[in-house]
Amino acid sequence: MLEITNLHARVGEKDILKGIDLRVNAGEVHAIMGPNGSGKSTLAQVLAGRETYQVTAGQVLYQGKNLLEMSPEDRAREGVFLAFQYPVEIPGVSNMYFLRTALNAVRKYRGEDELDAMDFLALVNEKMKVLGVNETLIQRPVNQGFSGGEKKRNEIFQMAVLEPRLAILDETDSGLDIDALKAVAGGVNLMRSPQRGIVVVTHYQRLLGHVVPDFVHVMHDGRIVRSGSKDLALELVQQGYAWLEEEAACLPR
Amino acid sequence: MSATLIAVHEQIEEPRPWLHHLRRAAFERFAALGFPTTHNEDWKYTNVTPFTKIPFERSRRPAPRLLAPPKGATVTSLAHALETEPGLLEEHLARYAGFHNNAFVALNTAFMSDGVLIRIPNGAVIEEPIHLVFTSSEQDRPTVSYPRTLILAGRDSQAVIIEEYRGADGSLYFTNAVTELVAGEGAVIEHYKLEKEGDRALHFGALQVRQARSSSFTSHSIALGGALVRNELNVVLDGEGAECALNGLYVAGGQQHIDNYTTLDHAQPRTTSYELYKGILDGSAQGVFHGRIIVRQDAQKTDAIQRNKNLLLSQKAVINTKPQLEIYANDVRCTHGATVGQVDPEALFYLRSRGIGHQDARNLLTYAFASEMIERMKFEPLRSRLEEVLHERC
Repeated sequence: MLEITNLHARVGEKDILKGIDLRVNAGEVHAIMGPNGSGKSTLAQVLAGRETYQVTAGQVLYQGKNLLEMSPEDRAREGVFLAFQYPVEIPGVSNMYFLRTALNAVRKYRGEDELDAMDFLALVNEKMKVLGVNETLIQRPVNQGFSGGEKKRNEIFQMAVLEPRLAILDETDSGLDIDALKAVAGGVNLMRSPQRGIVVVTHYQRLLGHVVPDFVHVMHDGRIVRSGSKDLALELVQQGYAWLEEEAACLPR
Repeated sequence: MSATLIAVHEQIEEPRPWLHHLRRAAFERFAALGFPTTHNEDWKYTNVTPFTKIPFERSRRPAPRLLAPPKGATVTSLAHALETEPGLLEEHLARYAGFHNNAFVALNTAFMSDGVLIRIPNGAVIEEPIHLVFTSSEQDRPTVSYPRTLILAGRDSQAVIIEEYRGADGSLYFTNAVTELVAGEGAVIEHYKLEKEGDRALHFGALQVRQARSSSFTSHSIALGGALVRNELNVVLDGEGAECALNGLYVAGGQQHIDNYTTLDHAQPRTTSYELYKGILDGSAQGVFHGRIIVRQDAQKTDAIQRNKNLLLSQKAVINTKPQLEIYANDVRCTHGATVGQVDPEALFYLRSRGIGHQDARNLLTYAFASEMIERMKFEPLRSRLEEVLHERC
């Protein structure tokens, strides 16, 4: 479903991604780990179409199409979803209106009928019940005055409503207490399906105790330096990231 | 225009001596002042000179329409009131809106017509809003009109007043409107001004408010139409404990020019003002916000907050924002701030990343910027109408 080959990206004059290769198939959960500044979040943002980053080399195929040529909205309409590390507050726009506009834009693109307010409300109520989301959340302006945990839950809630084919979660676990972490992990697990690929970007192993990945990749200095099974994450907990520096020193530049 | 006006109006025919005297005095003052130029500090960013060369003729425009006559208040035309209550008019008319330093107010005072007198008795609570509609119909020649409104709200009265100005697109006309509003002790008055003039119109509007002790005045000033618009709003907080809130929203595109000039005069102790004006400017539109706050020597414990926020949607749009604080008392709290910004790129990307198209996302954020002002409007029908208008424009 997703095939990243030799991806290079920079912001301004600074190279951040220096040759990423990654393949994600439908039904798989991949975890991307690594220390701060290794390029994990940049990778997530580049896949969503953030214009701050300039892709300088490589290619990304998504369901056989060139993802990098698509606008951010077309990526979303094609089924790519990014759960933001820092969800944006939008005063004056209710969560309900925002999500309905988004869902209908996606449906229209796919040639499906737009949902009216009643149908949408029914859908939202169902998703809220499944995820255990507080009902007031949907009436409030998008993320405005939300706690850190509420913002992350709202990302998961949006994902559940939009039902993407490829979900990328950018540090959705950071800053959460254990209850919020469990709620977020529960939401992600509900989304696991043979038709869906999930990429979890995280700094810590914590979330992976609840969302067990099929593959773990370790990023350092803009590259994936190790890939393995879920056990790799446990190894990282014991060793930390210090060994990366030593290993990186041996890599050919 | 001035030459034409003088030619036409040299013959001010006014049978009542006091009013004749007032009109003459105002006209002489106008003749002495002339139209303001951009050399005048109060008109630095708004150039009316091109309009002053247009030969406007007096319009025979119909008297303002009153939607839903209110229960408990009296609304009469100025002409009728002059017949029935000359004493009342002599006591109040032109006593609040000074024309000595204001050419447009002087001009209106000299030629005022199409006027309305609104009286709200002491203690009366008017449930339904008093809604005046001033319409300029299509004309083949440039016309000018001088609506004049006098609102006398008695002690402990309560009312909602709406002034709506609209006109035909394509017609060249000039509306010079002056409203005087007196809020008695403890009165609670909410005033809406909805300006939606035609696309070639020149609109000058002055609202002069005088507030007595413990009165509360709320203004919602919405400016959407016109080629060149100047809205002046002057509030004198002339009694202890008086409070007011001024809410403004201006939305301009194309070549539109919208100027809001507000003056809050804290003349007595423990008076409070809260002001927020928001502007959305697109195309080559120009906006001006000039917010003047005066705190008189006796006006201790004044609390004044002024904010002006602007959203520029194009590279060519311009806003000039200018706070002007004159504080002569020492125990006061006055804060002011202005912001000018573009659509937040973070928010834009967030919306797009959920599948909302670029233009739709921009419109949604623009609408969201304005929505804060709409939410403050208590009168629901006007709120819905404005929402509709904004959805069309954003």
